[in-house]
Amino acid sequence: MATLISKETIAPQFTRYVLECEPIARKHRAGQFVMVLIHDHGERIPLTIADSDAEAGTITLVVQAVGKTTMEMELLEPGAEIQVAGPLGTPTHVERVGTCVCIGGGAGIAPLYPIAKAMKNAENHIISILGGRTKELVIMREEMEAVSDEMIYTTDDGSFGRKGLVTHALNDLIEERGKPDMVIAIGPAIMMKFVAEMTRPHEIPTIVSLNSIMIDGTGMCGGCRVGLGTETKFVCVDGPEFDGHKVDFDLLMKRQRTFVEQEEEARRRFEEQHRCRAMEGAEVS
Amino acid sequence: MAEKLKPAERLKIPRHPMPAQDPVERRSNFSEVALGYTPEMAMEEAQRCLECKKPHCIDGCPVGIDIPAFIVEVREGRFDKALEIIKQTNTLPAICGRVCPQEDQCEQVCVVGNKYKPVAIGRLERFVADIELTGGTVSMPAAAEKTGYKVAIIGSGPAGLACAAELARMGHDVTIFEALHKPGGVLVYGIPEFRLPKSIVQYEIDNLKKMGVEIRCNYVIGKIATVRELMEEWGYDAVFIGTGAGLPYFMGIPGENYIGVLSANEFLTRVNLMKGYNFPEYDTPVQVGRRVAVVGSGNVAMDCLRTAMRLGSEHVICLYRRTRAESPARLEELEHAEEEGIDFRWLTSPVEVLGNDDGMVTGVRVIKMELGEPDASGRRRPVPIEGSEYEIEVDEVIMAIGQGPNPLVTQTTEGLELNRWGNIVADEETMATSIPGVFAGGDIVTGAATVILAMGAGKKAACGIDGFLRKKREAVPGASAAAV
Ligand SMILES: Cc1cc2nc3c(=O)[nH]c(=O)nc-3n(C[C@H](O)[C@H](O)[C@H](O)COP(=O)(O)OP(=O)(O)OC[C@H]3O[C@@H](n4cnc5c(N)ncnc54)[C@H](O)[C@@H]3O)c2cc1C
Ligand SMILES: Cc1cc2nc3c(=O)[nH]c(=O)nc-3n(C[C@H](O)[C@H](O)[C@H](O)COP(=O)(O)OP(=O)(O)OC[C@H]3O[C@@H](n4cnc5c(N)ncnc54)[C@H](O)[C@@H]3O)c2cc1C
Ligand code: FES
Repeated sequence: MATLISKETIAPQFTRYVLECEPIARKHRAGQFVMVLIHDHGERIPLTIADSDAEAGTITLVVQAVGKTTMEMELLEPGAEIQVAGPLGTPTHVERVGTCVCIGGGAGIAPLYPIAKAMKNAENHIISILGGRTKELVIMREEMEAVSDEMIYTTDDGSFGRKGLVTHALNDLIEERGKPDMVIAIGPAIMMKFVAEMTRPHEIPTIVSLNSIMIDGTGMCGGCRVGLGTETKFVCVDGPEFDGHKVDFDLLMKRQRTFVEQEEEARRRFEEQHRCRAMEGAEVS
Repeated sequence: MAEKLKPAERLKIPRHPMPAQDPVERRSNFSEVALGYTPEMAMEEAQRCLECKKPHCIDGCPVGIDIPAFIVEVREGRFDKALEIIKQTNTLPAICGRVCPQEDQCEQVCVVGNKYKPVAIGRLERFVADIELTGGTVSMPAAAEKTGYKVAIIGSGPAGLACAAELARMGHDVTIFEALHKPGGVLVYGIPEFRLPKSIVQYEIDNLKKMGVEIRCNYVIGKIATVRELMEEWGYDAVFIGTGAGLPYFMGIPGENYIGVLSANEFLTRVNLMKGYNFPEYDTPVQVGRRVAVVGSGNVAMDCLRTAMRLGSEHVICLYRRTRAESPARLEELEHAEEEGIDFRWLTSPVEVLGNDDGMVTGVRVIKMELGEPDASGRRRPVPIEGSEYEIEVDEVIMAIGQGPNPLVTQTTEGLELNRWGNIVADEETMATSIPGVFAGGDIVTGAATVILAMGAGKKAACGIDGFLRKKREAVPGASAAAV
């Protein structure tokens, strides 16, 4: 059980939740996530621990509302009790490598932040490249700036930083400054795929964090499995971080679409119900 | 009072069949299939017991229930007394009466069975246990005086539940840590409602809570705390590991990662634990193939086959590399599955899962097998028949070929001795592991086995733990933990 302490909208669709759950806060290490269940009829969903405060006994989640569960989460009020299990997954292997380029796209910036922070604390030179469709979707800029030595922003529409994709920025960086010692990329599967393709010929060690569909998050169902070279791995226990050069991204993307129809239906129903409720409320007042 | 019949007369009574839901009807609902005996049926069935001087059935029972004694009480209509006798050795009779493979245990060695059908011991056990559930008067076991010792139990399957119940009765403070959000282990996430109603498991769990056992869900041990931390930082004097066999195996054949290939655990968890059959009432979706193949023929496979049928699949196929005779499933489940119209393809093994460009399953290529020489298990080894491959059109494939030990706890517990399959090595009598104060039992020790064995191991471990704690007290002269 965890108690919601506060929530705050940080960008369109993005909410930061602070939860009180002392044992998880105490144990959390960069790269780990929790499984969240917001009510009895709910679905268990994986969310990265974006930050934790062992003393206060709190963890922070930064969540993009993309479907039924993440939208319903936005309705939670401080004081709400939800079920949270964790910290799950294998923590990031943090060591001093030299220059580390941290690439985050969209909701991937949330899981990137604790890793960048840990790498910074391990005395690496951090160059962060953050991207989004438009300026306000490039989240957590302040936090990321605090743990980065250099910042590069990209937006699809050119409203902030340079116009284009994070891979363009990475390409220029490698061409101008030579290859960094490590790249960490977290974002949509397609973004991670192209980052890995770009670093492969340069043989730059590239870590990606995968977001496969999960149920238990403890290695019990195999639903989260991905292809890694010739092997099959379970993202929830063997990952979520893997060698980006070995991941079968095409398979990952296909498997992520397993339930598109049901997800669509659930979202539609939720929005309808919610709209009705909102309208009823409006009539009464 | 029932008149006492002579043995010859008793043997004339035919074994009472189990009333069951009609196969056509039950194929589309999740209600319990086997309906249970009425008191009249039970008392008549009890007449069939010969009350052997040296009863084999007791030896056939993994926990040694005094079977003839409880059956006499049933015959006489003293059901509460019968339950008391069962509960002396079996903590969870309503569950075991439903899921035990009786035909391989007590009923296999029942003397009546030499010539006739054996006494329906399992059905009688279930009947007696259900009396309690439907409001019979059963006193809670009186708990001993508090010892002040704290015991952590990891996992809330039958091993953990039985261990907790015993320890609480002995006066120890017990906390169960469960990784999932609901306690019960396989009883809740694996075995479907139509075979084991979840209200029964809940009843047992509520009883434990009444006995003062604390259950903390969402605690993944190995992650939130290691076994050592439980003892050194969280203040537990002993730990019982009952984490089961939860790691799904896949076959390692091509095409296994296509969308539509899932482990039995994933399929059953979505349906049972998350209530996926009620989507979108419940949020967790589950894939329902039009044509489904399930690989394997144990209890897990039967549950997948029959669940797929109930979810509305048109054609449900069982692929098993041996024959019906070698099928490890409970006989009753196999028969029920046959009645429900499952297409059994014995001596058939998949060699490849076929898929389309979108990564969706379109079929499975199988090969026919024949039985060759006996293997290490004594069963005749299935060997592929060359050139016998063919394709079956399916859009979902469920792997029910077995499970191994989940390494989350074992790999984070330094000094814990494991065997080569990754199971914990434990003393047969006390269930003690290689680490003092750490005990283990159930599937994590034996590999995937049965509910009754797990429960028995949990109970044994409770005695082992009690002994360990007593010794600990003696080692501190003049001090009882409670006084500290
Ligand atoms: C290890 C891990 C860490 C994650 N951390 C975060 C995080 O910190 N912040 C955050 O906003 N999201 C995170 N996600 C993604 C998050 O779990 C999904 O967005 C969420 O499950 C969607 O649930 P829903 O019911 O709202 O949407 P659904 O209706 O279930 O899905 C909506 C869309 O999200 C996609 N989706 C569904 N399930 C997942 C999933 N498990 N992972 C990724 N995409 C999914 C679907 O393709 C679909 O298009 C993480 C995922 C993983 C595996
Ligand atoms: C689908 C299915 C059908 C079956 N049918 C039958 C049957 O008809 N008859 C029969 O006798 N047997 C049957 N079995 C086998 C039987 O259920 C098992 O042998 C029995 O449940 C084992 O009990 P256990 O307590 O050892 O483990 P489990 O029941 O597996 O429980 C282990 C528990 O530990 C939890 N856990 C695991 N890791 C951790 C961790 N790190 N931290 C905290 N908690 C953890 C798990 O979540 C789980 O709740 C079936 C099994 C399955 C899967
Ligand atoms: S989510 Fe079930 S094994 Fe990873």
